[in-house]
Parts: sequence; structure tokens; C-alpha cells
Amino acid sequence: MATLNLTLHVWRQKDKNSPGKLVKYQVKDVNEHASFLEMLDVLNEQLIAKGEEPVAFDHDCREGICGTCSLFINGRAHGGHRATTTCQLHMRHFKNGDEIWIEPWRAAAFPIVKDLVVDRSAFDKITAAGGYVTANCGSAPDANAIPVPKEQADRAMDAAACIGCGACVAACPNGSAMLYVAAKLAHMHNLPQGQAERLKRTEAMVSAMDAAGFGNCTNHYECEAACPKEIKRDVMSLMYRDVGKAALARRVDKSRGDGAI
Amino acid sequence: MNLESRIPSGPIAEKWSRAKFEMKLVNPANKRKYKVIVLGSGLAGGAAAATLAELGYDVACFCFQDSPRRAHSIAAQGGINAAKNYQNDGDSIYRLFYDTVKGGDFRAREGNVHRLAEVSVDIIDQCVQMGVPFAREYGGTLANRSFGGAQVSRTFYARGQTGQQLLLGVYAGMSRQIQAGKIKMFPRTEMLDLVLVDGRAVGVVVRDLVTGKIESHSAHAVVMATGGYGNVFYLSTNAKGSNVTATFRAYKKGAGFANPCYTQIHPTCIPVSGDYQSKLTLMSESLRNDGRVWVPKRKDDVGKDPSSIPEADRDYYLERKYPSFGNLCPRDIASRAAKEQCDDGRGVGPGGRGVYLDFRDAIKRMGAAVIAEKYGNLFEMYERITGEDPYKVPMRIYPAVHYTMGGLWVDYQLMSNLAGLFVLGEANFSDHGANRLGASALMQGLADGYFIIPYTIGNYLAGIAPGSLVATDHPAFKAAEAETKGRLDRMMGIKGTRSVDSFHRELGNILWEYCGMARTADGLKKALTLIPELRERFWKEVTVLGDRDSFNQSLEKAGRVADFLEFGELLCLDALEREESCGGHFRSEHQTPDGEAKRDDERFCHAAVWEHKGDGQKPVRNVEPLAFENVKLATRSYK
Repeated sequence: MATLNLTLHVWRQKDKNSPGKLVKYQVKDVNEHASFLEMLDVLNEQLIAKGEEPVAFDHDCREGICGTCSLFINGRAHGGHRATTTCQLHMRHFKNGDEIWIEPWRAAAFPIVKDLVVDRSAFDKITAAGGYVTANCGSAPDANAIPVPKEQADRAMDAAACIGCGACVAACPNGSAMLYVAAKLAHMHNLPQGQAERLKRTEAMVSAMDAAGFGNCTNHYECEAACPKEIKRDVMSLMYRDVGKAALARRVDKSRGDGAI
Repeated sequence: MNLESRIPSGPIAEKWSRAKFEMKLVNPANKRKYKVIVLGSGLAGGAAAATLAELGYDVACFCFQDSPRRAHSIAAQGGINAAKNYQNDGDSIYRLFYDTVKGGDFRAREGNVHRLAEVSVDIIDQCVQMGVPFAREYGGTLANRSFGGAQVSRTFYARGQTGQQLLLGVYAGMSRQIQAGKIKMFPRTEMLDLVLVDGRAVGVVVRDLVTGKIESHSAHAVVMATGGYGNVFYLSTNAKGSNVTATFRAYKKGAGFANPCYTQIHPTCIPVSGDYQSKLTLMSESLRNDGRVWVPKRKDDVGKDPSSIPEADRDYYLERKYPSFGNLCPRDIASRAAKEQCDDGRGVGPGGRGVYLDFRDAIKRMGAAVIAEKYGNLFEMYERITGEDPYKVPMRIYPAVHYTMGGLWVDYQLMSNLAGLFVLGEANFSDHGANRLGASALMQGLADGYFIIPYTIGNYLAGIAPGSLVATDHPAFKAAEAETKGRLDRMMGIKGTRSVDSFHRELGNILWEYCGMARTADGLKKALTLIPELRERFWKEVTVLGDRDSFNQSLEKAGRVADFLEFGELLCLDALEREESCGGHFRSEHQTPDGEAKRDDERFCHAAVWEHKGDGQKPVRNVEPLAFENVKLATRSYK
């Protein structure tokens, strides 16, 4: 089994308010079958053995579904392999002697917590603004009472596959969260349960996105390329249409004087 | 220890209705005056937090992840069972109840399991309402598939990401209540101690994982939904952060820990490939529908290219041993059989710890396109991890720790023996007995959180005065804070030479070797000497760098591993004293002549509930007898 010796340049930053810098490390004897995070485990063991503080990085399930891991690797979110999160990126894609640059997500709305760890709570705030159906537990009709055509359910599922990792934001030159927000909306709005609050939800989530400090979309579509769940940019068209409809509805309603959307 | 189960009297199908009617209610105007702490934001904890907030209670929810949406429920693949009988294939609440009691090898409470089957139908309605995009038929109705241990199609699913979609539904409900100010959410916050006053759970001590600050929170009741303890084995399919700390801290404060030896080892996982390995990845059980499991007949063939081994030299051992169930025999049986082949020196891959799961014949029969449609995403995942193409080379699989049926003891109301401490989901011991059936974990988590705790917590809260909380400067809180800080300082102060992970890995090796798929009295006794030795070395040799008052992942891990080092001993002790084989607990001394698990209903038809008696003291084993009045005790057979 081949092993790799690598030169790493890792972003180290004590906390949110301290300046950070890239620090060079040599890591030895990395198994080619190890995942990228397991390579960092090896580095950390080597650092601990030398009495140096290990590198902080976010991770949990290590199977590509929890969305906790991040990392900008050689300038690409999650390392730039198709449909692959950092935890599922394996070292066989690297060569012995490679130099690798490892940085945190960089976006105004994702402040750094420490080293490679960022604060993505802005995503939670967007969801809290409207990413739900307003219905209490116990009030649901029978699950088969409202048929949902398969194609529509599949489209909802395609959008719902988002793991909330933030790669779209990190990859975007504007630090925009459009793909994230639009995916949530497309999930809800392809289902009958999402219709009652459709326009209200769209407006609320888009406003929360702006308030959280995310940038705007200028059609680079780096988000789509970086998304490890392959969410397509067409979800954004749906969102734009609903933003327009919501604005129109509000104007019409204001003229009637009832203030409702 | 008071182990009164509080199961209502009367016929099995009427118990839950009767219990609901007999429970006390809290006046709607008073609900906001009760504060409830929820620990964990997975299917059980998240559903509880959202639903209790909807009812009007004042909820505080804590999770160690950076967002409640990342709890480990998210990783569940296969599906969720419900007795809807949408397929008209003979399912019913009673059949789901029956299958679950039998699947658990007769070590669960009948009353609890029947209730689970009853509310299963409401769960699906609720999830659809919350926008869970379950798989559908072309006509728009919900699709189902079948799963292990059942002869009906009752499993609802959302591709291979059912846990993710259910959790996002739960997270949506929570988000709404967070926005409404009814849930105060504390992400990146870890519970480190439970606080009791006059025998009642009144709060917790937590550590803010970003600032390192130790804080107390007071409440009228504490709901613990912090998952299972599979990571005591170091390598498991659990997320890296999954841990036993919350339940173990409660145990040390007097909560009974039931059946810790009931651990589930899943047969189809990607094998260990080196000592850098940090976790194991599950490959869905559904692969066994079309894949054939085999190892070479002869030991000298082990290192050979599998395609060069002729048919006559392959041992399709599951088909040979279990002709009627074949490759689809239950999880515990398939796991043990794989171990047996590898112990015999016929395992394949690195270290000889793997068996082939071969799709050659299925591809020949149906074509690669059909196989790709059925399992494409799983094949892709396998290739991503191993670098091998399963369309051309047989997959290699090996069993791995996946789920833990044991947990804190709870009564029918999901309350532990400590008043005011409720335990939900994988963290409790209640519904799966000694073996959990596929697609039943998600069902139980949501049943507990959405449909059971909202009733039972009211019954408890109605008995205590609304409003005034125990102040967090009460001596009990101050003592718990001081103890927590002291413990963290002690770990920081050792300044040894070994990393936390190295101890965790060593503990895992001991448990896997002596308390894994097959257990013996001698092996368990050995583990019971090795674990305390390792624990002693941990407290002398571990090194935790960084500081206590800031973000420090090594310190987080150190606390969890310290608890695993104590809990591992309890697990082995329970396994030693349960001198029978049942479900996931296989004692080699207790097997039938053909190697199957042999229960001892005379001596062990009970839940074993461990009571902490102080550090350095042997815990006491209490017993809750189990009665089977509806499903007759019988031996499981899959021949």
C-alpha cells in the first residue's frame, strides 16, 4: 500500500478576533486509502507528539451527509471532486511530495471560530425565518390524502438533498447563499404542503439571507460546481419568480388596504 | 432502585389510550410557566423540543453540533417503518408489534412496543405535513419497500437518505419555534452534568464549546435524547462526536443503565483498511437482496484475484448454512457468520478481515444497467472510499458496530428512575429488546419525540408548581459546576505524552476483541482487568493541549473518552453477567449445537438495570422482569 509524504500549508487562527496565517507542516506516511480528514488526524497526532496544539477542523459523520466538514483545498471547496465532501475525499487523489493549501470557508457571513472552523449559524437564521410549514404536530391529514406526482416529489427530493455545508457560499466570489436558500424553497414549493405560505416564506428567507450579510448572485454558478450534492442552479429561477410574485402581491394587497400577502 | 414500569392494565391494544386518558393535563395558560431542557436535537430530541414548544412550554435545547440539523439521525439511510398497510399486504399494528417483539429476541416490554406500533401511523402523516419528500408511486401515493425481519412492505423511504429528510422535517419544526422565541437553542454546547435537588432532575451543567464557559441551566424537567454509545468501540458507523457522556453522567447521578451489553453489529460495512482509520461506513442492507456473500473454500486462495477463483472453490456460506433465508438472514446472524469465516483464516483483504459481496451473477442475470438503477449510488460510494469498482471486483464487507439497544432505564412514561429526567430515542433502552430491526430506529425516535413525551411530560409537570425554578446559585448547581471544572482542569493538568485518540483506539480494540460479536466469560474477565488498567494510564499519561477557556476539540474528546473508559467496564460487566445469548449479545458458551444463539428464559427474561454505587464500588445489578402475554416466547429460526 502506497504512503504519501506531503507538505501542507494550513490556516491557523487562534480565534475570531486574532489575525491568522498559513503555517507550513510536513506530514509523513499517510496511507493512500485514508480520507482527507484522516490525513489531518495523522498530522494532529504528529503535532501532539511534538507538544504543538492540533489543528481545529469541523467534522462529524465522515460519510458525506451531516454537512459539518468544510475546508477549502487548493482553492476549491471540498477539494473540487464531483459530488464529494471533504470527508469522502481520499488521499489516492494526491501524489507523494504534493503541496496542499488548506483554508477555512471564507465569507463575510461565516466568521472564523478557530483555525479551519467557521460559524455557519447564519444558515440557521435563514431557515428560522421561514423554512417550515406552519402546522402543529397532531394536525396532519392521512399521508396519502394528498397525492404528489412522482416527478414532483423527485424534484423536491433533489433540492432537499442539500446538506447545508456552505460550499456554495465559499465558492461564490460574492459569498452569496442563493443556492442554499433556493434549494430549500424549491424543496418546499414542489410539494403541496409548501404552497400555503409560499410567497411569505420566499420573502422572509430572502430578507433573512440579505440581513445575514451574504452577497448577491452575479451568475458565476461556482455554487453549482462546488455543491457536493449536485444541486442545480435552476432552483434559483423558481425563487426569482416567487420573489417577483411576492412583491407584486404585496403591492396589490396594499392598494386594497388589508396588508396581507 | 424503583423499577416500576407503570404499564397500564387492560388489553394490550387499549393500554396507550387508557394511559393518555388517565394522565394529568397542564392548563394551557400555565404551560409557558414550565421550563423544559432538551438535550440533543436528533429525531427524538428535536421532535420533542418542537412539539413541547408548540404546546406552549418554555424549551431550551442543547446540542454539541454547530447546528441542530447535524445530529447523527441524519446519517440513517434505509427507511422508517409504519403499520399503514398501504400495500394491502396484511400489515397491521399488531403485526408490527409482533415482528418487533420477536425481532428483539423477546427482551423488550410488550406494552411499550405496542404503543410504538400504534403511533407509527401518525408519524408518517406528521412527516409528510412537514414536507418530507418520501418516495412516491406514479399515481402520487407513497411508496414502500420491505426490510429485514418482516414479510410485508411497510418501510417508507426518501432515497438512501431517509434519516436526513426526517431530521430536516424535525429541524424545520424546531426552526419555527426558535423564530417564535419558544425554543432557545444552544448549539456547540455540551452537557457535562445533571443536577438533582431532593431527588428531582432540575437542571444541567454545560460547557459552551466556543468560549469554554461552564454554565448552569435550571428547568422543571430534563429530557435527554443524546443517542447511543456505539463509539465506545472507537470504530463504528456512528459520527465522530457521538458519545455516552450525557447518559453516563446521569447514571453516575443515580439513573439506572439498562442492558448495556445489547449492541448491534451491522454485517455490511466497508472493512477496516489501516490503523489510520477513524470510522466505518455502512453499506445498506438492501445490497444483500442481489449480492452473494462468499469466501474462498481454501485458505491458500485468500490472496488471489477473486475472479480467478472458480465456482467450485467458493464457499457461499450464508446460502449453505441458512438455505431458506440465504443472504438475507438477520443482521446478528450474518455478522457472526462472517466473523466465523475470518477466524477460520478464510477472510479476504487487508488483515484477513473481510468477505466478498459479489454482484457478478446479478449483473449477468439482469444487466449492469438494472443493477446501477437499484444500487448505483451505493456502488459509487463504495468506489469513492475503496478505489475499487464493484461492477468489476466483488465488494469486500465486514461487520461493524452500528446501534446500541441498551440505554437509560425508563418507565412507560419514558421517565427514568430519577423524577423529572425523561430519556428518549436511542439513549433509552425501551423498545428494541436485544436486537433492533431495520427501519425501526427512526420510528422510535420520532414516536418518543412527537407523540409520547408531549403527553407524559404534562403528567409529570402537572404535579409540580408552575413558575419558580431552582436558582442556578443553589448549592447543588454550584457543586456540580465545581466538580465539572475540577475534572476538566485535572485532564488539562496531566500533561502526559499520549493523545486522547490513542487511548480511545486502544479501548476500542479491547472491546472489539473481548466484547464484540462473540463473547466468552474468560474474554470478558480479561477485558474487565484491561479496561481499568487503561483508564489508570489515561489519567496519568494523556496530554490535552490548548486551554480550558476556549474552543478546544482535544478537551471535548478527552471528557468523552474518560466516560467511555468507565462505561466500557459496565458494558463488559453486563455482558459477563448475562449468561445467555440473545439478539446482539452472543455468549459463545450459550449456543445450540449448530452455533445459533440460545436464550435462557428461565434465568434471564428480564432487563438488567445497573445502579452506580460510587467510584471504585461494584455497581448493583437490578432486574425488571419481562412478561410476554401476547407474543409467546419462542426460538427464532432462519434455517
